[in-house]
Amino acid sequence: MDERWKVTVNREACLGSGICAATAPRHFRLDNGKSRALQEDIEPDDIVLDTADTCPAEAIIVYNAAGHRIAPDTA
Amino acid sequence: MSDTTMVRSYPFGPIQGLEIDPVYFWLQEHEPLARVKLPYGEEGWLLTRYDDVRTALGDARFSLAEAAVRDVPRLTPQRYGGILTDQDPPDHTRLRRLVAKAFTARRVEQLRGRAGQITSELLDEMVTAGPPADLAQALALPLPGLMICELIGVPYADRDQFRDWVGAWMSVTALTPEQRGQYIAQLAGYLANLAAQRRQNPTDDLLGALVIASDEGDRLTEDEVVQLTLVILAAGYESTASQIVNFTYALLTHPSQLALLRSRPDLMPGAVEELMRWTPLLAAADVLPRYALEDVELSGGTVRAGEPVLLAKHAANRDRRRYEDPGRLDITRDAQGELGFGHGAHHCLGAPLARMDVQTALAALLERFPDLRLAVPEAELEWKSGMAIRGPVALPIAW
Repeated sequence: MDERWKVTVNREACLGSGICAATAPRHFRLDNGKSRALQEDIEPDDIVLDTADTCPAEAIIVYNAAGHRIAPDTA
Repeated sequence: MSDTTMVRSYPFGPIQGLEIDPVYFWLQEHEPLARVKLPYGEEGWLLTRYDDVRTALGDARFSLAEAAVRDVPRLTPQRYGGILTDQDPPDHTRLRRLVAKAFTARRVEQLRGRAGQITSELLDEMVTAGPPADLAQALALPLPGLMICELIGVPYADRDQFRDWVGAWMSVTALTPEQRGQYIAQLAGYLANLAAQRRQNPTDDLLGALVIASDEGDRLTEDEVVQLTLVILAAGYESTASQIVNFTYALLTHPSQLALLRSRPDLMPGAVEELMRWTPLLAAADVLPRYALEDVELSGGTVRAGEPVLLAKHAANRDRRRYEDPGRLDITRDAQGELGFGHGAHHCLGAPLARMDVQTALAALLERFPDLRLAVPEAELEWKSGMAIRGPVALPIAW
């Protein structure tokens, strides 16, 4: 499996709640009060999807290898 | 180390209004890890510096799940806690993400028009009754109560009954554990019934979304749906209501800030952040102590694995290391990062809704009442005592 995901954080939208950095410290870190993805290109990891779903600002977007947005779930 | 460390009784002495006991600021300078003993539970460290409190809130080395199985420092015989607050990521994340979907800033933004409408109707009633009015009863309590009803999806016909239950549950008059249990059981029964209806007829509200989540595989049990909804009620109602009252009080007693906000309504979002920072909502440290899972180096010293920390968020929000002239209410300051809503995995789920309720209430008050004022001398205000949450019992206003 060489499926890769792409994680982006919209730092304009980020409210600095720190939920992501506490939930998935291997993927997110607060930098000057706002979140940053430690790596944009990652191996699939469900915690990243959960984290995107829990962001109150919907600032975290996850895309699959085909470029489709897979989180947050806007249903 | 604890052999030689002075142990202080906590909470400290009685508090007046929205004042913060100066001992917190002394501790920030001289004893940033202060040994404290609460009426119940083991001894713990009181953290007062912004950086330390923020670390304890946001760093995975500090655990809430551990607090659920320890003799946690507490004010009452019974421990405070429950679903969502007794778990750490990733267990906590499973529940949190299901509820979080209803609380995104975007979803809440869709309710802003409704909040404005409800506020306007409540203020119409207040004007009809004439001054003086108690802001708490006229606006601060009903607005968040009705907005939570909107969000959960409580039908209009049931709202008075529902608010009576919640109001009695959250009442400032002390209830016996039996009475409190009865109200919670009534509410839980009502919500279970409402959830069952949604299973038959799906809806777009929070309860409908939780029911769908519970029916998709084994993700949420029926009991979890009810418990989560109760947590949202408990966490979101009295705190928001108290802050609407406290923020109005703060502005009325800081006339230059009030005048500035009147002349610059665009400052409202930043003003609410600053009011969150400046206003001590809780009477003492956060009701949820954290436990260190390993030795953690803080600015004030080392917390050893297995030791609990208590977080004085109100003092941290006034730490001179983080905010210049921290005791001054300044609605033009950048208060971002304030800890009133917490920080990290347990950051307030309802923060976007609370912000919107408060912004809407304050904006409407300023716009409709150019001569808004306290109807009694400030010294005559009666403040809640013996409660976890601060605020005047009533805020008599005239206009």
